[in-house]
Amino acid sequence: MSTVAPVVQPAQPTTPEGPDFEFVKSWKVTIALSIFTVLGFLLLVVFGRDGTSTMRLSTSSDLIQLPDVELPTRVTGIVITVLLLLITGVSVWLVRAKAKAPIWLIAVYAVLVLIGFLAWAAADKSIPVPGLLFGSLSLAVPLIFGALGGVISERVGVVNIAIEGQLLAGAFTSAMVASLTHQPLLGLLAAMLAGVLVSMVLAAFAIKYFVDQVIVGVVLNVLVIGLTGFLYSQVMAPNAALLNQPPRFERINIPLLSEIPIIGPVFFRQTLIVYIMYVAVAVVFYGIFHTKWGLRLRSVGEHPQAADTVGINVASTRFWNVSIAGAIVGLGGAYFTLGSVGAFGKEMTAGAGFIALAAVIFGRWDPIRATLAALLFGFASNLQNVLSIIGSPVPSEFMLMLPYLVTIFAVAGLVGQSRGPAASGKPYIKS
Amino acid sequence: MKLELRGITKKFGALVANDHINLTVEAGEIHALLGENGAGKSTLMNVLYGLYRAEEGEILLDDVVQHFAGPGDAMAAGIGMVHQHFMLIPVFTVAENVMLGHEDTKTGGRLDLAAARTHVREISDRFGFDVDPDALVEDLPVGVQQRVEIIKAVSRDAKVLVFDEPTAVLTPQETDELMAIMRQLKEAGTSIVFITHKLREVRAVADRITVIRLGAVVGEASPTATNVELATMMVGRAVDLTVDKAPAVPGDAALVVKNLSVLDAHGQVLVNNVSFEVHKGEILAIAGVQGNGQTELTEALMGLQPRVSGEITLDGKSLRGHSVRQVLEAGVGFVPEDRTEDGLVGEFTIAENLMLDRSNDEPFVKRWNVQRALLAKFAVEKVKEFDVRSQGIETPVGRLSGGNQQKVVLARELSRDLRLFVAAQPTRGLDVGSIEFVHERIVATRDAGTPVVVISTELDEVAALADRIMVMYRGRIVGIVPGDTPRAVLGLMMAGEAPAGEGAAA
Repeated sequence: MSTVAPVVQPAQPTTPEGPDFEFVKSWKVTIALSIFTVLGFLLLVVFGRDGTSTMRLSTSSDLIQLPDVELPTRVTGIVITVLLLLITGVSVWLVRAKAKAPIWLIAVYAVLVLIGFLAWAAADKSIPVPGLLFGSLSLAVPLIFGALGGVISERVGVVNIAIEGQLLAGAFTSAMVASLTHQPLLGLLAAMLAGVLVSMVLAAFAIKYFVDQVIVGVVLNVLVIGLTGFLYSQVMAPNAALLNQPPRFERINIPLLSEIPIIGPVFFRQTLIVYIMYVAVAVVFYGIFHTKWGLRLRSVGEHPQAADTVGINVASTRFWNVSIAGAIVGLGGAYFTLGSVGAFGKEMTAGAGFIALAAVIFGRWDPIRATLAALLFGFASNLQNVLSIIGSPVPSEFMLMLPYLVTIFAVAGLVGQSRGPAASGKPYIKS
Repeated sequence: MKLELRGITKKFGALVANDHINLTVEAGEIHALLGENGAGKSTLMNVLYGLYRAEEGEILLDDVVQHFAGPGDAMAAGIGMVHQHFMLIPVFTVAENVMLGHEDTKTGGRLDLAAARTHVREISDRFGFDVDPDALVEDLPVGVQQRVEIIKAVSRDAKVLVFDEPTAVLTPQETDELMAIMRQLKEAGTSIVFITHKLREVRAVADRITVIRLGAVVGEASPTATNVELATMMVGRAVDLTVDKAPAVPGDAALVVKNLSVLDAHGQVLVNNVSFEVHKGEILAIAGVQGNGQTELTEALMGLQPRVSGEITLDGKSLRGHSVRQVLEAGVGFVPEDRTEDGLVGEFTIAENLMLDRSNDEPFVKRWNVQRALLAKFAVEKVKEFDVRSQGIETPVGRLSGGNQQKVVLARELSRDLRLFVAAQPTRGLDVGSIEFVHERIVATRDAGTPVVVISTELDEVAALADRIMVMYRGRIVGIVPGDTPRAVLGLMMAGEAPAGEGAAA
């Protein structure tokens, strides 16, 4: 039928298994490392300082006393810069050789940068390492609770921008209830309830009425800020003795564990809320990945229609899990008033909810990774505190930016193309 | 189990999708539900499966009236479904997907994955599947994913199994295997409802055939009926299943593609070192199962892919590395495979859609102003020429039927001066009438001397249109063969086997 001479391709060998891959060269990591190495060189060598930097590793109450580490500042700076240069060189070589820089290499690099910076900032001063870490954990606690709530909520398919509002509602309610009843435990319960209530509003609008989840979340944040601010100035502040003097949780030292050098004072001389947090991280991780509850939760967040066709009620699964997430975030709110500060203050969460949201994404929707991310952000915040106390040469305004800079770099730079739950943020509308 | 549907009526607003449909499926029979796209087959099955609630009618299993509030109830009653769009969670393993919704747990609420794995292995052994329970579903080829769907249904002891357009994503060989599985299930006493619009498959496997048209049952047929009889019942008038087409009169090579490769963001090679030519006045059909690089190849031609290497020249001028706009201005007409996603703006009117890719210069835009009067005149003309059935040129395109939407896309692309015409899945989801129309226009374009590339996963379409057929498998060209190559050879090629000696030399 056709007059066209057929062109027959010589049959290429077809591989039966797996698709073909070709390495896509990415210079992103190398460029980032180069920039930091140049910055490190400028700071540690060009503007290097003389003196001795002391790192205190033990607190006075420790059973086992570790000696202080003393580093000659300028030499440390030079050694660190050389090491940074070496790692950057290795990463160039790796890209050339069509390989990816392993994550541990980047981690080593980050630790080196950190040591270099600490040594530089602490010339002729001493940095209390356990204090620095203890404070980091304290600042990370609300972030971790917030991130756990965020992970559950997003895994089930509802974007939770309202973490900030849930934290604030939890902080306010727990302060008030604990003050009135003189029972910190009741305050804790009240905080969970407050978190659940905020969550339920989010869930109802997002799941039942298909309102855009981001918008509901933002509006809820503003609403809770306004509401607690109003109640604080009109009701709480005038009666502060009655309504805003909650009893705080006492620190509990865990026998033996609290005596481990460095780790003990940081992790095992904490309040009940922090111990609850350890349990919560473990339970949420186990629950999401190893139980029926978690399997169903994830299925609803990934492919709600598939879940529906095997008889899982998408709307109610989403509703109740978002509520549970709210309860967990509420606990984080209670930590502000019952664990650290000791009284409610207007807008006291100061954006912690948004940092927690960043931790969720940085942690790739995994409870353990999100916890680590929250710890990193807590560390950045506390580094700023400690350095301003010991008197660092960096302007304090710049140091205040540090936690947020770390957040932006972490989320934008390191996460790259991470994939969240496929149906997160998408309402499930049955026809 | 005997399934009986009585007087099922389902409406979506004013549209009656199912109009008093009666259907009886006896235990252990394969009952084919035949109808065009949009005839209401899938709606009916979604009613059966509890996804939709019918306004009227009842469902009986073994003569007992059932009330399904949701798919959970339907499954509990013994109804299983293999969905057209697989209801599998891509990031879960096979075992997790199979156990979802009826999970076994050990102490502490821990999922009993070991039991689920054994269960998957047991069922796969019974049917001779080779499915790894620990493989992630997203890594599996579609054919295997479908088997996972079957395992899912069987693991819930489905007595009535509905297959909704199961062959759309399969190679001919996989289709044959699926039919063998269906027969095997039937032997085991399962009743099967087989939904399709492909006549050949129905006749091969069905015990009884019920034909649905426009939401109502038009009659029963026996598997011995001829294709023409079945098609006539399905469409409601006599249809011509072949395309009238004179032998091609090919001219010089117009589109020349050399060593073209396309990578995705992760470095996966989607199109692998592909070379071919398309001559003036011929239709080259690119065949292959969905997802073997055809989509990416067309996107690379159009300048829609970012990581392309190799050469693309049209009439001697290079197209590679140019923007989509430059490619269009070089005279390439393009019908994208998903018209609602890439081809049209649903909220825009027919007239606006007709000037979508000509919004930069004259005649439709002068001094940054859209020439409304001229556009209206043009639109009226094209609507008439391409037989777009609508209330008028101001109708939003989203309200048209699939066939009429596709005619708008064709009208837009074919009304420019073309040097190359690329049509991806030009008749996907269209009714028979529209398919005939689209095919005629494509052949007319060829006869006007334009080189045409048609990408299709439907062998029938490929066979009807092609002057030459190029088969792709895993991003590579398996071979380029004449248009009259037998289906069996094409089928093997679609599975990656290079054509045998005489097929290649023909």
